[in-house]
Amino acid sequence: MAQTLYDKLWQSHVVHESEDGTCLIYIDRHLVHEVTSPQAFEGLNLAGRKPWRVDSVVATADHNTPTDHWDEGIKDPISRLQVETLDANIKHFGALAYFPFKDLRQGIVHVVGPENGATLPGMTVVCGDSHTSTHGAFGALAHGIGTSEVEHVLATQTLTAKKSKAMLVKVEGELGRGVTGKDVALAIIGKIGTAGGTGYAVEFGGSAIRSLSMEGRMTLCNMAIEAGARAGMVAVDQKTVDYLKDRTYAPKGEQWEQAVTYWKTLVSDEGAQFDKVVELNATEIEPQVTWGTSPEQVTNVRGAVPNPANEADPVKRGSLERALQYMGLQADTPIDQIQIDKVFIGSCTNSRIEDLRAAAAVAKGHKKAANVKLAMVVPGSGLVKRQAEAEGLDKIFIEAGFEWREPGCSMCLAMNADRLEPGERCASTSNRNFEGRQGQGGRTHLVSPEMAAAAAIAGHFVDIRNFA
Amino acid sequence: MKAFTQLNGLVCPLDRANVDTDAIIPKQFLKSIKRSGFGPNLFDEWRYLDHGEPGMDNSVRQVNPEFVLNFPRYAGAQVLLARDNFGCGSSREHAPWALDDYGFRVVIAPSFADIFFNNCYKNGVLPIVLPAEAVDLLFQETQAAEGYRLNVDLAAQTVTTPSGKSFGFDITGHRKHCLLEGLDEIGLTLQHADEIKAFEARHRASQPWLFNA
Repeated sequence: MAQTLYDKLWQSHVVHESEDGTCLIYIDRHLVHEVTSPQAFEGLNLAGRKPWRVDSVVATADHNTPTDHWDEGIKDPISRLQVETLDANIKHFGALAYFPFKDLRQGIVHVVGPENGATLPGMTVVCGDSHTSTHGAFGALAHGIGTSEVEHVLATQTLTAKKSKAMLVKVEGELGRGVTGKDVALAIIGKIGTAGGTGYAVEFGGSAIRSLSMEGRMTLCNMAIEAGARAGMVAVDQKTVDYLKDRTYAPKGEQWEQAVTYWKTLVSDEGAQFDKVVELNATEIEPQVTWGTSPEQVTNVRGAVPNPANEADPVKRGSLERALQYMGLQADTPIDQIQIDKVFIGSCTNSRIEDLRAAAAVAKGHKKAANVKLAMVVPGSGLVKRQAEAEGLDKIFIEAGFEWREPGCSMCLAMNADRLEPGERCASTSNRNFEGRQGQGGRTHLVSPEMAAAAAIAGHFVDIRNFA
Repeated sequence: MKAFTQLNGLVCPLDRANVDTDAIIPKQFLKSIKRSGFGPNLFDEWRYLDHGEPGMDNSVRQVNPEFVLNFPRYAGAQVLLARDNFGCGSSREHAPWALDDYGFRVVIAPSFADIFFNNCYKNGVLPIVLPAEAVDLLFQETQAAEGYRLNVDLAAQTVTTPSGKSFGFDITGHRKHCLLEGLDEIGLTLQHADEIKAFEARHRASQPWLFNA
């Protein structure tokens, strides 16, 4: 029978199936960071258990680490203790690889995994982090888990789970100039809503998806969770294989050939049945900007803030009114008239080399607008930073008045010192515009790296397609 | 894990859709390396008027009198009534830890986000999906009658109102069993250790590159 990519990934990892359909699923790669692991390691210790297979673990510190003054260490004592606890746990239990604070290869866990070849097609990949869906870009089954499950995976190398339903999101056609993986992701979320993918594993397919680079596919899969889907994935093709060749933890020699042969089978078969199919026309997708406090509250850059008076459903009208009040926006305001205070280019969604190249190309030769208090660029990892500096991107940003920072999660969730002050409005390449996400009272608008850079220059949102 | 069997609890209505885990427990409290002590900071940004940080004495902070959790009539609530897509966003298990630490043992909503839903079970918190019409009715009844309580019976899989209206809910056999008995899921899984080892050996033979150290 014709199988979906998800069917193949699921079936090849079932260890045991119970009568009610609950399965034990084998886990190949376990990514670990400092925030969601301490209680899991503590649980393991208290129960006197050992990790099942430490060579499945790749760990890094990313959420709490500062993005400047690394010579001063981590000033916040509570953050420092959490990072030191990870150091101690990895030292005690072991790992395939650990990239601690200040290591050249340290960075956001979802950037670090793929760039080191620690994420491979056909793998099951988990991490105590919802954006683990990112790794599905490689034809892997990847999703976020809670801390109890982190402990479960450490102790047993498995997860208990039931198979999800399968959804195909098909984007056919050619993406227009200035339309990125981020815009595709936001357009999909705008169409199906933040709960549209709940209960589904989503495969992204169609010619527009195939045309995306691996970075673009990672951005797209990263935001599957913002549509409610724990896992997003893209079938393996030559781009996947080319990206992985010669990466540190990718197979080499004869094993490489054997692996590539297998990986190329990781596509949905012709005629495979999905529980749900959603179709988008790529040519209709425009640069996106969120205006509210949920990623589904999004429109294109030529659009306007909606008017709650036009919403019939009282629950929806209530959340619209609440969102506009929080965001400090008037109904019907054109998006390109919204002035911003800060710009954040970074996060596991958009901090890879391609993202930084795109933003730098926009910033080059311009100056940040006077009303923009801060435009910060936070590379996804030390390797991304080094690559960007080798290409001179850091100088372009600095000359344009942007700040060039050290890698980490930074102002995506503001666990470190990088945050919005109450009422500040930010053009952000991150993934969540929730209330308080980037700092209490902060107002987040999600956009692509190009759109964020252009907003920094103009001082307000602009259509990147008309930006000189 | 803490067992859950039956509860007759006071209900608190949180009438908002898409309540995310950043709202349930804001990021600054995630710096803790403990599983407990999150209750005083549950819904921190909505519950207090000032900015909260770990280590603050919450008893002297400015409480937001307009936030439903602070209404005297809902003090001691154990059942949280919520709207669609409750628990969306971040995978932080600190969200069910905070709900549990505050005293909530049951959350009822028309739908939940997957990761949050799963995390609840690991902590003896029962998330219950009821049809939107049933949830609407519960909101009306909760708001109309002070001291409104619901009876939740996991074995029977029912939620019963004070007037005797009863709603059934679904739960997988595995989750029900673990929750009723308060079982250690890792211990249960390790009963399959031989199967895991056998699977691992086959997996290694077919994809040896997954085991490169």
